[in-house]
Amino acid sequence: MLVVFDDRISLPAHRDVLRLTPLLRSVPGVTNVHPAYASILIDFDPRKIRHRDVERAAAELFAQAVSAPFPEPRHLEIPVAYGGEYGPDLVAVAELTGHTPDDVVAIHSGAEYLVYFLGFLPGFPYLGGLTESIAVPRLETPRQRVPAGSVAIGGSQTGVYPMASPGGWRIIGRTPLRLFDPAADPPALLRMGDHVRFVPARQAAKGAL
Amino acid sequence: MQDLGRPGYAHLGISASGAADALSLRAGNLIVGNPEGAAALEVTLAGGTFEFEKRALVALTGADFEASIPLWTRVWLRPGEQVRCGQARSGARCYLCVNGGIEVPRVLGSMSTHLLTGLGGLEGRALKRGDVLAIGPTLRTLTTHPPPPTTHRVQGAPLRVTAHASAYPLTDSAWEVKEDSDRMGLRLRGPTLDRRTGHMLTEGVPLGAIQVPPDGQPIILFVEHQTTGGYPKIANVISADFHALGQLRPRDRIRFEQISIDAALTLLAAQEDWLHSLA
Repeated sequence: MLVVFDDRISLPAHRDVLRLTPLLRSVPGVTNVHPAYASILIDFDPRKIRHRDVERAAAELFAQAVSAPFPEPRHLEIPVAYGGEYGPDLVAVAELTGHTPDDVVAIHSGAEYLVYFLGFLPGFPYLGGLTESIAVPRLETPRQRVPAGSVAIGGSQTGVYPMASPGGWRIIGRTPLRLFDPAADPPALLRMGDHVRFVPARQAAKGAL
Repeated sequence: MQDLGRPGYAHLGISASGAADALSLRAGNLIVGNPEGAAALEVTLAGGTFEFEKRALVALTGADFEASIPLWTRVWLRPGEQVRCGQARSGARCYLCVNGGIEVPRVLGSMSTHLLTGLGGLEGRALKRGDVLAIGPTLRTLTTHPPPPTTHRVQGAPLRVTAHASAYPLTDSAWEVKEDSDRMGLRLRGPTLDRRTGHMLTEGVPLGAIQVPPDGQPIILFVEHQTTGGYPKIANVISADFHALGQLRPRDRIRFEQISIDAALTLLAAQEDWLHSLA
């Protein structure tokens, strides 16, 4: 069952998704909940709960969710070694956008980003807030392997690859933080609703990467 | 290594994975006296030889791999005895279930392997020659020998789907399963389907969703599918036919049939009754 709040990215829709998602996860018979920008997909076991009961539970929980105070977001910093061997596409991004590489770093790290939801890969954050002037198209040919921790820009989005994976986004840096660790509790470092800043790592810290 | 997967983590971007033909896995477990969701070996297309150090009660279910033991039957193995699976003659996967279950460390509650992200199973990968796996303690829950199952689905029957609107021309055409299909998605070759124009906002996607990417060739999302996606979806394979997806092989020709949600639920209930008659 797909619960849709809006047909475009909006902060009110995000707030609805953020508050309703954890409540839906506790409904008996619900097996998985997939939050996205402005919608929530609910997987359920039809042997345990009927569609109309999922609908009723969602409506009741939504009424509950919107009357609860909005949770304080967490603020996290992600250290990033920009450019060089960790950011092989930084120079290309600069050329494509008419900036210097230092300007791209300043613009990218100067913004605060909102984690709209996690998807695509375990722990991968869909971030909002990329300044349009450093938006760049994806690579024509995706890389077979993007290293874990790579910070990248794809179209108007920016994100961090939590694990090595094929990828078509442009890599501008790398973080030593583990965005996904199956042994950790919770296994994902970031969560929906977090506010995130990228912090350029100092030269000394880069050596530890 | 597969069991019934790890539901409950889609909000972290982790799809459930699990046996591609969960019905055969569950059946094999019931035949050997395990709980339905015990972990087993999932054998895909090319077979293998498996040696049991100790006496073991096993069952092989799913497709015919011209194996050294009969399918859908409880078999006692002597210490040192081997089970040999050849190549799948038709269908794609079989399951080797052992009384006591096969054991690897649980990751997020499950022993299933998510190959694409290297999660779970034995070191997050396919098994290779020389690997040694532990078997759990023997369960003494067997009663009478179950009857061999009668076929519950005719081979080559269309895959049933539900959809909000008409799923023509998906249902009007025959489709071929492409070679680059995998546990993430079954890619189909056939007539170019129209896509909705305009930007589609990324939203959650379920198992069995049939999505249409820019090239107009549909993809059936499978057990290791990404939890969210931005392509239009035109239909969803019904739960009762998910096991059939796990038996599709490259170059298979398939068709789809659209049915109502009520009809789909009735088929699922009948399938569950069939499964539990095996215990």
